[in-house]
Amino acid sequence: MGFLERIFREPRWGVHPDDRKRPAADAPLRKLPPPARVYMPLQQHVGGAARPIVLAGQKVLKGQLIAEASGNISAPIHAPVSGIVAAIGDVTAPHASGLPFAAITLASDFEERWVEGEEISDPFSLAPEEVARRTAAAGIVGLGGATFPAAAKFALGRRLKVDTLIVNGGECEPYLSADDRIMRDRPDEVVDGVRIVMHAIGARQALVGIEDNKPEAIAAMRVAAAAFPEVNIRPVPARYPMGSDRQLIITLTGREVPADARAAEVGVLVHNVSTCAAVHRAVRFGRPLVERIVTVNGGAVTRPGNVFAPIGTLVQELLDFCGLDEAPARIVMGGPMMGTPLAHGQVPLVKGASGILAFDAREAHVPPAGPCIRCGNCTRACPMGLQPLELGARVRAGDLDGAAKLHLGDCMSCGCCAYVCPSHIPLVQYFNHAKGELWAKERAKLRTEATKRLAAARLERVEREAREKAEAAARRKAERAAAKARTAAEAQAGAESGAAPPAQSQHEGETA
Amino acid sequence: MFSAVGSLTVMGVTLGGLLGVASRYLAVEGNPIEAEIQALLPGSQCGQCGYVGCAQAAAALAAGTAPVTLCPPGGRALAQELAAKLGVKADLSAVADDGPKVARVAEEICIGCCRCIKVCPTDAVIGAAKQIHNVIREACTGCGACIERCPTEAMTLAPIAVGLQYWIWPKPLAAVA
Repeated sequence: MGFLERIFREPRWGVHPDDRKRPAADAPLRKLPPPARVYMPLQQHVGGAARPIVLAGQKVLKGQLIAEASGNISAPIHAPVSGIVAAIGDVTAPHASGLPFAAITLASDFEERWVEGEEISDPFSLAPEEVARRTAAAGIVGLGGATFPAAAKFALGRRLKVDTLIVNGGECEPYLSADDRIMRDRPDEVVDGVRIVMHAIGARQALVGIEDNKPEAIAAMRVAAAAFPEVNIRPVPARYPMGSDRQLIITLTGREVPADARAAEVGVLVHNVSTCAAVHRAVRFGRPLVERIVTVNGGAVTRPGNVFAPIGTLVQELLDFCGLDEAPARIVMGGPMMGTPLAHGQVPLVKGASGILAFDAREAHVPPAGPCIRCGNCTRACPMGLQPLELGARVRAGDLDGAAKLHLGDCMSCGCCAYVCPSHIPLVQYFNHAKGELWAKERAKLRTEATKRLAAARLERVEREAREKAEAAARRKAERAAAKARTAAEAQAGAESGAAPPAQSQHEGETA
Repeated sequence: MFSAVGSLTVMGVTLGGLLGVASRYLAVEGNPIEAEIQALLPGSQCGQCGYVGCAQAAAALAAGTAPVTLCPPGGRALAQELAAKLGVKADLSAVADDGPKVARVAEEICIGCCRCIKVCPTDAVIGAAKQIHNVIREACTGCGACIERCPTEAMTLAPIAVGLQYWIWPKPLAAVA
């Protein structure tokens, strides 16, 4: 029976890579001593970049607001250490391009003095809007990697009357164990955060999906959630990409999110376990998001494990803290499947980074690509039901519109296709390239439209100004004519009554 | 033989008549491709192509008297689109497309003469007489009309730096097809 059950339960999509989470997942959580300098990027979330509100040289406390949110979808940034604002300027972004972006550099005073936070004993007595406000003020974003501002999602959930909160404890990427660790070490915080989020979005139940390769986390969470029947712990099969929202939703609820819709439109909202724990700290203790658990793992790391580190710490410092056996052949921020390759370690840790991986040469080896043999493995592996081989062929030939017609837009770059490809074709890179090109094209089109609008507005303005000028001239002319007529009439009246002098003076004035 | 000649004659007359009727009733006013091309062009009427405005350029393109690479603000992307629309091969090597550009005012040289404001096709320059002018980056199309008008050479075109949001993954080098 167990065998049959397994066949039916096992999803048909995805891949099952060797997870390599242990021994890092079993190592106890370590705390990174405050680094001498942290670099807090202004853009660590989806949406508008935060606006700095501090000046260089200013003293700040840990957790103090240093950059405020700008726009509806944005998140504020807080100081991860107490100390002095050293500079506001560009640092290398944790991005595949290695381009710079703006960040606030803080020099630590190593005193760890926290800013005063407002403590609340019963968050469930607060209005949902107040919970959302506190979450937004704490700068909490999706910590699973999507970095979407959490409070914006709360508002969406309330508006669309979401009934189920799905808590993502999947952590399907190999090597990573940050969510595993938070569920093992702080299950009460996670469960409390889950209940606060449920209160904020008005959900009736919460389903916590945890992959079955984390039995310790499942056990710890079951104990923590025992008192709360509305929080259900649901083990899910370990399968990559189970941590993707659409895959987790269909596994837990059987509801499929349409391609052009958001999860909230099928009545569910997904939040990561670490995000829930951050919401707990923000709402109960007024603590902003300035630290996180990050997995430091990979073949080049001496003591792999999870580290509780201030956000903004340099990747190199984290790697040095855990020790390096050799110079890493490749550094990746995030997971090995979807993470960002880094050119070097002088890059700050950001809110959405759940792991820092330093691979040795064997792990980083990429075999040369061969020809497509049309085996169809990629089609079977694709969790979105696409045909990566067809998409890849089109992108390679430069037929971007053809790729878009085959629903390239639904691809989430999970990397399953490239993982199973026996010819090692870099399919995801083709897709990322094509998505960027298509987006650039779309942007150019929008720009052309905006230009047309502006040109039309200018034409309208020029015409209006000409018209107004002509009208003003006509008005002045009419006024002059009227004045002339009046004087003439007065002169005539004066001449008739025999009073000539005023009319004469008027004439003098006109000639002058 | 007569039947063959007769049937061919009948067919010729009927089909010819049909064509004649069709040419009268299904006639197309103007060249529809012209409107489509005009929709593709930026529409800022900057005149860099040598025509008075985008409508005239579209007419010339439709007539085949202008090359598809005529529009500097449109750059390589527009040339490709036009080539696809007109079914011609574009010689893209001639298009000096070094990315999008935006006009910038050197504030220490600007004398506030307002000349650039008058020529800007998208009203992207703000300022007043004897006040330093500035460019609204979002509205500037980089057409360069203001550059020639500026008496003090305070206006320059600067390339827009590729930010994180505009970076595109390079295409993998295909070793084998």
